[in-house]
Amino acid sequence: MSHDVTAQSSSSALQSVAARLKHSPLLLPLVGLIVVSVVMAFASDNFFSVDNIVNVLRQQSIIGILAIGMTFVILTGGIDLSVGAVMALCGTLGAGVMVHMGLPGGLGLLAMLVVGVLFGLFNGLLVAWGKMPAIIVTLATMLIARGLGLVYSGGYPVSGLPGWISWFGIGRIGGIPVPIIIMVILYAAAWVLLQRTSFGRHVYAIGGNETAASLSGVNTKRIKLIVFMISGFTSAMAAIVLTGRLMSGQPGAGVAFELDAIAMVVLGGTAIAGGRGLILGTLIGAVLLGIINNGLNLMGINPYLQDVIKGFIILLAIYIGRDWR
Amino acid sequence: MLEMSGIRKAFGPVKVLHGVDLEVRAGEVHALLGENGAGKSTMMKILCGILQADEGTIRIDGTERHFAHYDEAIAAGIGIVFQEFSLIPYLTAVENIFLARELRTRFGLLDRKAMRVRAKEVLDKLGVAVPLDVPVADLSVAEQQFVEIAKALSLEARVLVLDEPTATLTPSEVEYLFRVMRDLRSQGVAIVFISHHLEEIFEICDRITVLRDGEYIGTRAVAEIDTDGLVEMMVGRRIESNFPPKPDSHPHARVVVDAEEIQLRKNGPVSSFQLRQGEVLGFAGLVGSGRTETALSIMGAYPAFRVKVEINGDPVPPKNPSEALARGIGLLPESRKEQGLITSFPIMHNISVNNYGKYRRMRVFLDLAAERHHTEIAMRDVRVKAPGPDVPCDTLSGGNQQKVVIARWLNHHTPILIFDEPTRGIDVGAKAEIYQLMRKLTEDGYSIIMISSELPEVTGLADRVCVFRSGAIVATLEGDAITSEEIMKHATTGKLRYVA
Repeated sequence: MSHDVTAQSSSSALQSVAARLKHSPLLLPLVGLIVVSVVMAFASDNFFSVDNIVNVLRQQSIIGILAIGMTFVILTGGIDLSVGAVMALCGTLGAGVMVHMGLPGGLGLLAMLVVGVLFGLFNGLLVAWGKMPAIIVTLATMLIARGLGLVYSGGYPVSGLPGWISWFGIGRIGGIPVPIIIMVILYAAAWVLLQRTSFGRHVYAIGGNETAASLSGVNTKRIKLIVFMISGFTSAMAAIVLTGRLMSGQPGAGVAFELDAIAMVVLGGTAIAGGRGLILGTLIGAVLLGIINNGLNLMGINPYLQDVIKGFIILLAIYIGRDWR
Repeated sequence: MLEMSGIRKAFGPVKVLHGVDLEVRAGEVHALLGENGAGKSTMMKILCGILQADEGTIRIDGTERHFAHYDEAIAAGIGIVFQEFSLIPYLTAVENIFLARELRTRFGLLDRKAMRVRAKEVLDKLGVAVPLDVPVADLSVAEQQFVEIAKALSLEARVLVLDEPTATLTPSEVEYLFRVMRDLRSQGVAIVFISHHLEEIFEICDRITVLRDGEYIGTRAVAEIDTDGLVEMMVGRRIESNFPPKPDSHPHARVVVDAEEIQLRKNGPVSSFQLRQGEVLGFAGLVGSGRTETALSIMGAYPAFRVKVEINGDPVPPKNPSEALARGIGLLPESRKEQGLITSFPIMHNISVNNYGKYRRMRVFLDLAAERHHTEIAMRDVRVKAPGPDVPCDTLSGGNQQKVVIARWLNHHTPILIFDEPTRGIDVGAKAEIYQLMRKLTEDGYSIIMISSELPEVTGLADRVCVFRSGAIVATLEGDAITSEEIMKHATTGKLRYVA
């Protein structure tokens, strides 16, 4: 009797997982991940080694972190093209605080976070209160951020940082690279924010129907401001990892990173118009893009051709996901 | 000249025209009159080939014609000026008049000189001077209208349809337009004139055809009918739906919204009204008469020029809907899909979207179980027919979608509710349920402003009615004075109040 009940409930649990997955935005990214992994595994013997998988994740960690903030912004129906440039600015100014001002490393890292969040605030004010389209605002602020970093450093890397900073880039905890740990923690925090707080629901509501959200009393301006600040924050977190890896503030770093970040979000099943998508999808998108890069390298394909192939894979993914719900 | 007879049209199961006749002679201005939704626009769309009639014939000069496209109607000499202009704002008058049929030189380039000359000829014939070289967006509304008319005439239109041309004009511009219309009439053009302003119709028109609920009611010469006669033709006697009985009036009930002065536009007319606790206050009037704007202005959702309103004794009006929510004002918007529902959300999130404070654990995290529980209660209270709270809203019927938005506000307990066209696009059964629900809400102490274009709904449900015309309230009716005839009379002829 009791045996029956468990069997029944486990099969119905399985069914409900299947039913939920069928309508989930995660379905296609997961299928894509599996397909690409299988293809790569056949193409290269090294692909499924632990070292290689850790390597893929580590390589994706910086843009993967940028893609978190990008997911928030895209879910509200916006876009943030400034993430790569803001990351470079944070790294350069933070390094400057340590090297040129001679302040302790901790204050340098704090400076990176402050710069990132303030820049996000700037973007958010222009979009939410200035009522300008996010794509143009962040295109302009991308130039501003990039230019400020170059002006400050004269175009040169800012080096001579305290040695322990490298822990954020190349350190390990229990054998796992720190950048991966930071990325996973940030994804977990983003999941809680989006799925378990009213702020998260409001983010989805604005992307789903901004007018309706506003007329039902959601403070849409404030929410839009906050998502840009989150994007600024994740840019700063990416800057911390990058600075640790390069042991310098690089004003020219992260060119076109925003495009890879957008690709991760979209490959992860988030609607570019907002309202639909999951942060877990972005993580899958980041891994997917990493596997594609990694696999093409392992196969020894001409790097120029790799971009062409990646472009077509993204087009194919969007085409398949077009009308998917 | 133009004869439309026995025109029938249905959209799916909904019949909008049941055999309508319209006969317009050369050299006359013919009014097409009827309430919102009477079928005037559908008739005109059929005339110009945008829609096709299911039955009936169109004759021009006695020859039967079928228009499969707008182009064919234009070629047959039909010109129409829509209520929303179809001009391209950044092109000049000349460019607009010749849009998509530009004159070309031998080399295939634009023949700008020839087009300018031709445009000028047409405008001269109209007797109007319109700047030819500035983008039409910079012209006044009246000038834009003349460009539209010129465009139709340049196509040799002999039947000219003007769909509510005066709605956005100032009185002197209206005079100017009428002069042009009289000129065209004397040139033998047949004009179909759609307007809700009866005094305009008496001033300019020769004959009037009245439609009601898609039925042809009759055609009269202007000389043989008066205002009351027209209103009766428009309103008629209808079978009233089942409305819950109205309670006895409570003239001494607490005033929850005291709108002393609302002026939508600078130098525009001024309204005032009071909403009492536990009543349904109807906002009646024609589409575009300022009902929605006035209601939205008290909750900071419409930027009116001047809003002097006390809400529960507090003289500072809310700045935005988010503040209005905190002050206890909820809105059921006019357009469910565009303004009310977040269709990508399931029922549950749609109901709780503005009220997550209710479901917090440790101040920050959502209590999903509580959210589900309250959603189920709210769904039961308003009788949403759906398998469960997780059902996506785009799979629900219109009536159920509307109930979901209502449930959002009940879940929040906002005691002042603004219902904008609450039963639009909803079937009869669901309508009756929403009426019952509204009555029950007022019994529970909610106060409701109901904006409605359906006269039976206003007369059947509202305890008091504010009638709007051209941007402001012109009359407030109570008790036995609430009749369709009375409302229609004020909505078409009521006197506006201006501040000195």
